[in-house]
Amino acid sequence: MTENTKLIQGRTGAWEIVMGLEIHAQVASNAKLFSGAAVGFGAGPNEQVSLIDAGFPGMLPTLNKYCVEQAVKSGLGLRAQINLKSQFDRKNYFYPDLPTGYQISQLYHPIVGEGVVEVEAEDGSFFNVGIERLHLEQDAGKLIHDLSPTESYVDLNRAGTALMEIVSRPDIRTPEEAVAYVKKIRTILIYLGTCDGDMEKGNLRADVNVSVCREGNYDRFKETGDFSFLGTRCEIKNVNSFRFISQAIQYEARRQIEILEDGGSIIQETRLYDATVGETRSMRSKEEAQDYRYFPDPDLLPLVLEQAWINEIKASLPELPDDKRRRFMSEYGLSQYDAGVLISEQAKAEYFEAAAKGRDAKLVSNWVTNEVSARLAADSKDFSDNPLPAAHVAQLVELIETNVISSKIAKEVFDHVWNGEGSPAEVVEKHGLKQVTDTGAIEKAVDEIIAANPDKAAAVAEKPQAIGWFVGQVMKATGGKANPAAVNDILKAKLGL
Amino acid sequence: MTDLTKLTLADAVDGLKAKTFSSEELTQAFLTNIEAANPTLNAYIELTADKALGQARASDARLAKGEGGALEGAPLGVKDLFCTEGVQTTAASNMLRGFVPPYESTVTANLWRDGAVMLGKLNMDEFAMGSANETSAFGPVKNPWKAKGSNAELTPGGSSGGSASAVASDLCLAATASDTGGSIRQPAAFTGTVGIKPTYGRASRFGMVAFASSLDQAGPITKTVKDAALLLKSMCSFDAKDSTSLDVPTPDWTQSVGQSVKGLRIGVPAEYLIDGMSEEIKALWEQGVAWLKAAGCEIVEISLPHTKYALPTYYIVAPAEASSNLARYDGMRFGHRAEDFSSLDDLYAASRAEGFGKEVQRRLTIGAYVLSAGFYDAYYVKALKVRRRIAEDFDNVWGKVDAILTPSTPSAAFAIGDKQIDPLTMYLNDVFTVTTNLAGLPGISVPAGLNSEGLPLGLQVIGKALDEATVFQVAGALEDAAGYVAKPDRWW
Repeated sequence: MTENTKLIQGRTGAWEIVMGLEIHAQVASNAKLFSGAAVGFGAGPNEQVSLIDAGFPGMLPTLNKYCVEQAVKSGLGLRAQINLKSQFDRKNYFYPDLPTGYQISQLYHPIVGEGVVEVEAEDGSFFNVGIERLHLEQDAGKLIHDLSPTESYVDLNRAGTALMEIVSRPDIRTPEEAVAYVKKIRTILIYLGTCDGDMEKGNLRADVNVSVCREGNYDRFKETGDFSFLGTRCEIKNVNSFRFISQAIQYEARRQIEILEDGGSIIQETRLYDATVGETRSMRSKEEAQDYRYFPDPDLLPLVLEQAWINEIKASLPELPDDKRRRFMSEYGLSQYDAGVLISEQAKAEYFEAAAKGRDAKLVSNWVTNEVSARLAADSKDFSDNPLPAAHVAQLVELIETNVISSKIAKEVFDHVWNGEGSPAEVVEKHGLKQVTDTGAIEKAVDEIIAANPDKAAAVAEKPQAIGWFVGQVMKATGGKANPAAVNDILKAKLGL
Repeated sequence: MTDLTKLTLADAVDGLKAKTFSSEELTQAFLTNIEAANPTLNAYIELTADKALGQARASDARLAKGEGGALEGAPLGVKDLFCTEGVQTTAASNMLRGFVPPYESTVTANLWRDGAVMLGKLNMDEFAMGSANETSAFGPVKNPWKAKGSNAELTPGGSSGGSASAVASDLCLAATASDTGGSIRQPAAFTGTVGIKPTYGRASRFGMVAFASSLDQAGPITKTVKDAALLLKSMCSFDAKDSTSLDVPTPDWTQSVGQSVKGLRIGVPAEYLIDGMSEEIKALWEQGVAWLKAAGCEIVEISLPHTKYALPTYYIVAPAEASSNLARYDGMRFGHRAEDFSSLDDLYAASRAEGFGKEVQRRLTIGAYVLSAGFYDAYYVKALKVRRRIAEDFDNVWGKVDAILTPSTPSAAFAIGDKQIDPLTMYLNDVFTVTTNLAGLPGISVPAGLNSEGLPLGLQVIGKALDEATVFQVAGALEDAAGYVAKPDRWW
């Protein structure tokens, strides 16, 4: 019963969480969606604003073709339907960060339709999340309230930047699944180069729709498509880290269950997650919800795409994470887990492949996912700014494979290499770390230790695992450089095992 | 010496090229006229005398070297809907009083490229919403025409009332205007001038203050059909900055004016014979038919069955788009901002209540209503469907006819203040013109005669999309046949 893991026990029985996510991913593009103004992080306030973004009289939007291409690419990456005809609509509301008084979005006819994303759960199993749509829309500007006690300031740098909103089906059932799903989408977009996935900068953020229902009702919903089996949902807006996504869902599900168990009902509303107190709180209820008066933007013609162009884009797609994982398993004989860890970051996967050519792939994988990853994390770096050439890892593994150094010594070699002392071979040479494979030297050491410890040597016959003590002594005597396999073989022979 | 301001645009351009007079002389003559007339007619919101004289001198320098564009040295008026760099642009609204755009509209940029001189910014209905130029925050424009034996001040129509009044009273050689439901053609008809709204997408909307994006089109108001052809060519261009701009060549339409119309098939739509149409409008229309017949046209009775839905459709689509287009006037970045407010919502409400006039507020309210949840399908979606039917009506007759002849307006100019009480009566002014906006077709109003009170009346020629050539051809024939030369008696 895998179902059980998705249940939450309440006072009055078991509940299930049901979630659908809206991910807002900023399109990786040098220019905004409709104005041609530059996009970039770190510019001074209002330095990246055109008259179009600022909503001046008579200004008109013109669609940035590159952003369209990025959306199509993303849609293909999500294995979703690309709509040859889509349209832009205006979502009307007043707010100082929205200069024109409307956001250009795609309500009625999105550029990308239905798709499916396969997500790996923590236990290695896979679950599918349906994609309802991906549409293009403009981001708003930013209000700054903390510069003055009496004034608010507006920074329009972000206004008009292209976003892709990726809307999932209500197929997500646990906080862990939600996080795994967002991670998967993020990975796909980064692979495609359509979003940099930088959540700290807000370039990828999620709105989480959470509802709870009684055990079994989700299955009934799945069978019938009848949403009345599901509970009333609340939308938690703009959650911008994996940790917060998980925390916000846990809090929100508990909150809803408590209300329901107390005999109350859930009010459909928009909520904010306050990470400092770990709570969600109400932003606005459905009654206060604005009427956005959506209608097709008359300044923009319907967006008509040619199948040939889509085919071209499709042909130019990079290998996607799912394909790469499968290939790593079949080509390099890696486990699903190892392959999954490697492909989680495109640069990591590339680094692995560069180091693994002609080497023991499993060994390379271990070095990449353990030692290299740990060092990078400690230096707050990732594989895209990795200072260690992949060739060094390849050489290190080669030295292990050819018995020049032991795995243990390899760690010491790695330390020196990481500190910039040169290639592994140079480090081994310089520090004299070459493994002693000269059996004569090892035999000599073994003989001396057996001679000095006759009682222990006798005991080994009774208790073969005690050989470990002798191995340790020999390694100590040889400064750790003795080939462990050779030590073992010689010890076994001499001790008569 | 002849009064230079009475010249047609085409004759003035020729005179300038021949150096019969200089652009500076011509410009100065207009400035003198405007200074004398404007306090009474109120056609101009702002006079740009220094700029005009500067441009005129530059034109004279180019002309002296035998250089210059198609409009070199010609002084024009610009409807205050077109953003002009460094020159206040208000759309005749308190909301934009004092707004000086740091950019130029594509249409006016085209004019300056061709050497035209800007005399000033012309009055209009606020945000082009109106049919009598009474909604302007700068006061109503007066029609230079008066009825025989009456001293009542008449409206020049709207929304391009300033453009029409200025052209009719020789306060510019010609003027830019814009037409969303009839705002070029109705004022032209009311003032004895020519006005054409080209095919939607011919003239760029970039830098033109938006009213209803899917209907707005720029066009000229001029003294003659040939002038209209000349000025329209300069105004039109493909513009990558306007996604609805058509990437088509702009022909030299002056070639079409004067071409024989023999053999052309002219449609006369039964549905335009509306209930209560006055005898004089009916007679004018019949006269037009007779003129074209005499010129060798074949007259074909046609049906445009959805015509009666055009006005209600227009008054859903246009306000809906306007309610969104005018949301940017929020008192935040430019334009009017209320001084007293207690909250953000209050700031919006107060700024907009103070900045917008009544008619604009009425249309924004209608627009927000028809787009609101629960009404969207019943009003807006339905209106779009009817709009398609109206366009199909035209598509269905183009196999049978080359152009369509209708009256321009249901009446001659009326007295200022006459129709203010009931906005619906005012909206009826657009009944013959609004169909072409909904269908995106070109339509021209040509002065065809005077009514019994001595007021000008216009006939409208509607053509196929992008077939302004035939429209100009037929308009030229009407102009010839009408032999219209009347000018208002100067009373201002």
